[in-house]
Amino acid sequence: MGYKSIDEINEKIKSGKAVVFTAEEIIDVVAEKGIKQAAKEVDVVTTATFGPMCSSGAFLNFGHSDPPIRMCKVWLNDVPAYGGVAAVDAYIGATELSETRGMEYGGAHVIEDLIAGKDIRLYAESYGTDCYPRKEIDTYINKTNINQAFMFNPRNCYQNYIAATNTSDRTIYTYMGTLLPKCSNVTYTTSGQLSPLLNDPYYRAIGVGTRIFLGGAQGYVAWEGTQHNPGQVRGENGVPIGASGTLAVIGDLKKMDTRFIRAAVFPKYGVTLFVGIGIPIPVFDEEMLMYTAVKDSEIFTNIMDESVPSRARPALGRVSYAELKSGFVMLNGKKVPTAPLSSIKKAREIAELVKMQIMKGEFLLAQAVAELPRENKVNTLDIREGDN
Amino acid sequence: MKTIKVSMRFSPDIVTKPLTYHLIKDYDLEVNILNANVGLNKIGQLVADITGEEAKIEEGLKFLKEQGVDIRLFTRSIIWQEEGCVHCGACTAVCPTEALTMDKNSWSLTFNKEKCVVCELCVRTCPIKVMSVSI
Ligand code: SF4
Ligand code: SF4
Repeated sequence: MGYKSIDEINEKIKSGKAVVFTAEEIIDVVAEKGIKQAAKEVDVVTTATFGPMCSSGAFLNFGHSDPPIRMCKVWLNDVPAYGGVAAVDAYIGATELSETRGMEYGGAHVIEDLIAGKDIRLYAESYGTDCYPRKEIDTYINKTNINQAFMFNPRNCYQNYIAATNTSDRTIYTYMGTLLPKCSNVTYTTSGQLSPLLNDPYYRAIGVGTRIFLGGAQGYVAWEGTQHNPGQVRGENGVPIGASGTLAVIGDLKKMDTRFIRAAVFPKYGVTLFVGIGIPIPVFDEEMLMYTAVKDSEIFTNIMDESVPSRARPALGRVSYAELKSGFVMLNGKKVPTAPLSSIKKAREIAELVKMQIMKGEFLLAQAVAELPRENKVNTLDIREGDN
Repeated sequence: MKTIKVSMRFSPDIVTKPLTYHLIKDYDLEVNILNANVGLNKIGQLVADITGEEAKIEEGLKFLKEQGVDIRLFTRSIIWQEEGCVHCGACTAVCPTEALTMDKNSWSLTFNKEKCVVCELCVRTCPIKVMSVSI
């Protein structure tokens, strides 16, 4: 039996009467009142994450110059952007590196600088056509003098992820941070009990069209994310153990804030983007509330050996987020210090902000228009001969 | 009065000598040990703040050198631009002395400068580049 529809919840939000808690606060609320009573009282639970998300970028439309150009190759502050779309459209990917500054500056920095309102040097080349005769352009753009600038991230918001360590004798530099030799540290990268998809393990609330907080602006879930893998092994509470569901998200870059979008450089690995995402979950029934009350001690992941240069990396042990967040884990009988890579402090700030926006009637929930797949298989890229 | 920060490395045969005792007693120095890594049969390392009269500090350091201690003075220090920090915690993964830790309540990065041995690992690791070395 459902208690509330999204429309009912939105009516409460509009009249300033919605009862909202963050996904951390709800744990105590449920412990105190019980699921039944809390489900009647609570309307929305806010979740959030702020972590490095490589699969991010933005579509930009520069407007037409006079004479016009059909841009083929595009650079923004010397970082190549993809120009293989219409004349003055381009996609700047977060991980692309500068051709002059290398790993120190990349697409993520271009995105951060755009949001900050800075001028960005645009250089583009073309072969010239009858209707677009210009062959080269060298100018400056910023977020107010271009047309659309929207972030479109093909894979964000991982529902759980591995924890990483390194059994080899040398320090390795990875997307999971700097991993010291001989299992001297373990890194992890989700906000655990606060993380969006860990609070909605079967995608009952979050779907295509869900309104979200993206980098300081309101955005939407656009699609399932790439490598969305709902088939991951799950615990009894439905929470996947390891990397599983993902989201593709979209939002207006012009309205974003550099407090919630930050360029990052992982040494000897490359450039990536810290993305802040907040997702409100409507408490439409008791089951939904139960999922949002999940605790760090009930969310597990595997510690993987990142020093093995293979797709099938061995798992060295299974740990809960409560253990990871305690500052150390036991690995082969040894006490190993842990370090987060995603900011729990920032995730809390976002969950709190979205909560306040909902309470003030500034953030209405959107009914998902399509569900995210709950079953599928991830393909791998095998090296093989062509069919013809 | 002056305070210097110094790293002392010594080989196994002098590990057991009470070096700091002499510094305190014979040279009237205040020794505040920030990090100690001493094990039997291996190279020992001590990082300490030494406070005292300039001339006494000089004499104390001379004494240490005579004992075969390898001395390195810290002339640089780590600067954390806190406003830019996103409190991700990546730097805590590499800090060897627990100078950088996450506060388990607020999940803010805390920097205990006293414990810092200026190894600069955090400078290289911070993805946002808010850790730097003063020159
Ligand atoms: S790695 Fe940098 S941004 Fe992250 S907590 Fe440390 S100082 Fe702050
Ligand atoms: S330089 Fe950085 S990593 Fe090294 S001890 Fe100091 S704070 Fe820790």
